[in-house]
This record gives sequence, C-alpha cells and structure tokens, in this order.
Amino acid sequence: MSLLEIRDVSVRFGGVHALEQVSLHLNPGELLGLIGPNGAGKTTMLRVITGVVRANEGVVRLKDKLLNALPTHLRVRLGLGFAQQLVRPFKEMTLLENVALAVGCQHTRHPWRSILKTGRKPELSEAREWLAKVGIADAADALPTEVPLGFLKRLEVARALAMRPRMLLLDEPLAGLNQAEASAFSNILVELNRGGQTILLIEHNLAEVRRICSRLVVLDNGRKLDEGTPDAVLENPAVQEAYIGQGTVHAGN
Amino acid sequence: MGYEISLLTVMGISIIGSLSLNLITGFCGQVSLGHIAFVGIGAYTASLLTKAAVPFFAALAAGMLVAGIFGVVVGFASLRVRHDFLAITTMGVNFVFLGVVRQQEWLGGELGVSSIPDPGFGKVGFLLVVSAGVLLVVLLSLQIRRSWMGYAFEAIAGDEDTARMLGLDVARYKLIAFALGTALAGLAGGLYAHHVRFIYPDSFAFVESITLLAMVVVGGNGSIWGVMLASALLSVLPQWFQFIDDYKLLLYGGLLFAVMRFSPGGLAGIAQRWMPQGPKPLVAKEGG
Repeated sequence: MSLLEIRDVSVRFGGVHALEQVSLHLNPGELLGLIGPNGAGKTTMLRVITGVVRANEGVVRLKDKLLNALPTHLRVRLGLGFAQQLVRPFKEMTLLENVALAVGCQHTRHPWRSILKTGRKPELSEAREWLAKVGIADAADALPTEVPLGFLKRLEVARALAMRPRMLLLDEPLAGLNQAEASAFSNILVELNRGGQTILLIEHNLAEVRRICSRLVVLDNGRKLDEGTPDAVLENPAVQEAYIGQGTVHAGN
Repeated sequence: MGYEISLLTVMGISIIGSLSLNLITGFCGQVSLGHIAFVGIGAYTASLLTKAAVPFFAALAAGMLVAGIFGVVVGFASLRVRHDFLAITTMGVNFVFLGVVRQQEWLGGELGVSSIPDPGFGKVGFLLVVSAGVLLVVLLSLQIRRSWMGYAFEAIAGDEDTARMLGLDVARYKLIAFALGTALAGLAGGLYAHHVRFIYPDSFAFVESITLLAMVVVGGNGSIWGVMLASALLSVLPQWFQFIDDYKLLLYGGLLFAVMRFSPGGLAGIAQRWMPQGPKPLVAKEGG
C-alpha cells in the first residue's frame, strides 16, 4: 500500500486549471522526484498536499487517512514533514531552538496543557543531533540572520525531520545553492533515504534529480506527462519537448 | 502616607493591566490597540455587581469572566486579520465599547457609575489585594514564559505559517492568549473601579489603550520586568506632573514612536546592551 496517494486531483483558480486529474503515489522508503517546467503545477500540487490549497476534486490520502478536509497542522501531526522553498526560520530563535521546538512537538499538541510542561534540556540535546545529521551542528547557537542560505535550507530539513515524519516533502531545496552546495545537499538526502526516510522531492535541478531519485513524475500544464525511472523519463521526447519549449532543459535551478 | 499608598495602588493596577496586554502583544505577537476596553468591561461588570450587593471577590471574578468572554470574541477576529489590520480592528473595539457605554442608561451613560461600594479592607488592605493580583499576573507570566506554551507563543509571534508546519494549533493558542490577557485586564478593571469608586466612559478612552501599549513597548515587548518598570514609571508620572497628564496622547504617542525607531527592545533591550552576558545576545533584536 502506498504511503501517500493522490488520485484524480483537480484544482481550478477561477477559469484556470492549475491541476487536472493528476494522480501520483509515493511508496514507503522511496525517494520520488516531482519535476516539470515553470507553471507545470508543482507548487499547486505541493499546496494541495500541505493543505494551503484545497482540491476541487480528487482524493489526497496518507496511509488510510483522508487528508482533503484537514488543516495543515493536523496533516503535520499525521506524519507529513515539510521543508519550504523560501526558508522561514523563527528569526528570534537560534537554529538549535528552532529545531528543539519541532522535537518537542508533542508538548505543544494540547495548547492548555502546554503551560504545565517546562524544561527544554532533552529536546535541545536531541535537536543538536538533528543539526549534526544535516551537517550544521557548528552553527547551533547562531541566529538565522547570521548564517548563509545553505544553512537555512538544511535547517528547514532538520526541523522537519525532528518531528519524525512518515514522509518528508521538500520544495526545491536546491534552489539558490551553487553546484557544490547542491550536490552536498543531495548527498544528505540520499543518506536520509538510505536510513529509511520516505521523501517526495520537488526540484528544478535535473542533474541532481537524475542522480538521486529512484522514480520521477513529470507535470506539464497541470497534467501528468510521464512517470518512471529517471533515465527513461528524461529521455522521453515529450518531456524534453516540454522543457525545451521553455528553454530550460539543463537549467541549474 | 495615604497619598503614597494610593500611588502604589495605581501603580499595581497599571502593572496588572500592562502585563495582561503583554501576554497578547508581547508573548503571542498580536497587536491590540483597544486593550482598555477589556479593563472597562471588568470595571463595569464588577462595580455593577458590588452595587447589587454581590461580594467583592465574586464581583471581581465575574468581571474577569465577562472580559475574558469578550476577549475570546475579539480573538476570533484575530484569526482572520493580521498585523496592521488587527491593530485597526482592536482599535475599533475600543470605540465600540465607548459608544455602547455612553448610550446605555443602565450603565450610567455619560455619568458613569458612582458610589461604588468600598470593599472594606482599608487603604493598606486594598493595596495588599492589588499586590496579590500583581503577584498572580507575574507568576502566570513567568510560568508561561518558561513553559512550552511560551515557546509556542514565541513561534506564533515569529511566523504563523511556519508554526503551523510544526503542528501548532495556531488558532487555539491565539485564543488562549486573548482569553488570559483580557480576563486579567478585567481584573485590573475591577480593582480600578473599587479603588477610585467612580467610573465613567472617559476612564476607558482610547488614550488609555495607548498608555497601556506604551508601557509594554517602552518596557520591552515581551519582557516581564521591563514592562513592570515602564508601567511603574508611566503610571505615576502623570500624577506628579500635571502637564504630562494634559499632553498624555502626544507624549505617549511620541514615546511609542521613539522607542520603535531607536530601541525596539525597549528598556529591556537597553539593559541587555549593558549586560552582554544576558541569556540572549543583542543581535537577537537585529533584523527582526
């Protein structure tokens, strides 16, 4: 049984079809890449999964739970972990505190009871391990305003991981990174995936996607264009056409 | 001696009022420009009840309850609007409160409520009651600050959308902040009414909301000790210097602007600059 199942999802904004009858699924343990040229509907698909946008039609399911009507925070509690494209750290907290809040997410689950729970030591030390896992433990006590973008991207991932999600949803994590940073980051994703973490990766950097993903789904103009192994998909003339039409076939990001 | 005791009582009530606003604005990041309306609701409720021979503490509790209920209603508005729009909405709450109170015969209209019964503790006794109230609010603030509720408030004040991504029920937390903050404002109101024993609509005019906000911002948004210090200062200055009372809106408005512009951390921020070994480095205030 697939972990995430999206069946016949359509989203319309006024008369514009952002997504039309798109289906995709994510198997446990998989590193699935969702690609497509600008305007293909990747971001809309992401928002349908996070709950920022509601699907007009279709089904979004995590394991046996129907997500369609649930607000974002309840989807998170069911096991969806998100790392956003535009990094959104809590600027007044150190990187360590940012992650520790995620580690202790069960303490903040019941708002009234949270007033009785004090002490952050165990969460802070676990948070340090998550930062180490993405390679930024040295910057644990820095503020987000003091570290480079690459660190903040990793912070997003560490924070999502700290909630021990069933699946990790990454929105263009490589955007804005140079080639060396991007490939170092991709290696971290591969490591996590080998450790058993299921990942859905939305990404523009085709070279890295080809290198690390086990399967790809291609969107174009709101429809699913192709699906399969990276090599097969990227050799598909229709997929190349979609990208060349935009002149971005080898674009870095 | 009576004058000093009265001054301390006013100071204590101001501290309860400003710390209650600090829960909403300082801890949870929800700007409120109409907080005095909830002080007013507490004051009217408690004084009408004691005039109807309800015991003082029961009336005080009822004032908190009614203010808290209205606070939750306004809190629902905060779920729909943010930042400057929330500021305008809450400002509107202040004017709606005044508009209603001025027109209602049973609330005394323009003349307000007079001959509010003396709770009968004597001046010193009443000061002790107020001090107990201050202690309650300070302890509650400290507990929130060190608990995971405070951690969650901090996250929501920083970035609501990210807070949701961490599974926080942002709406519930905001409503809790409004419920607690406005109920404690109601406490300040009940105490105020039984201290001066005469209230009328102008006691809860917009300028008083600005005064409370000035206490919070000047003290340092979110800083418990800073806000207490600023409240102590700003509550007694108008009593000592008549001209400050005359130009309150201008002066406190100017003060608000100056602090926002030159020292966003308020007194607490300035203190931190002189004590760099504090828990958080000064850079915490930059860029945010």
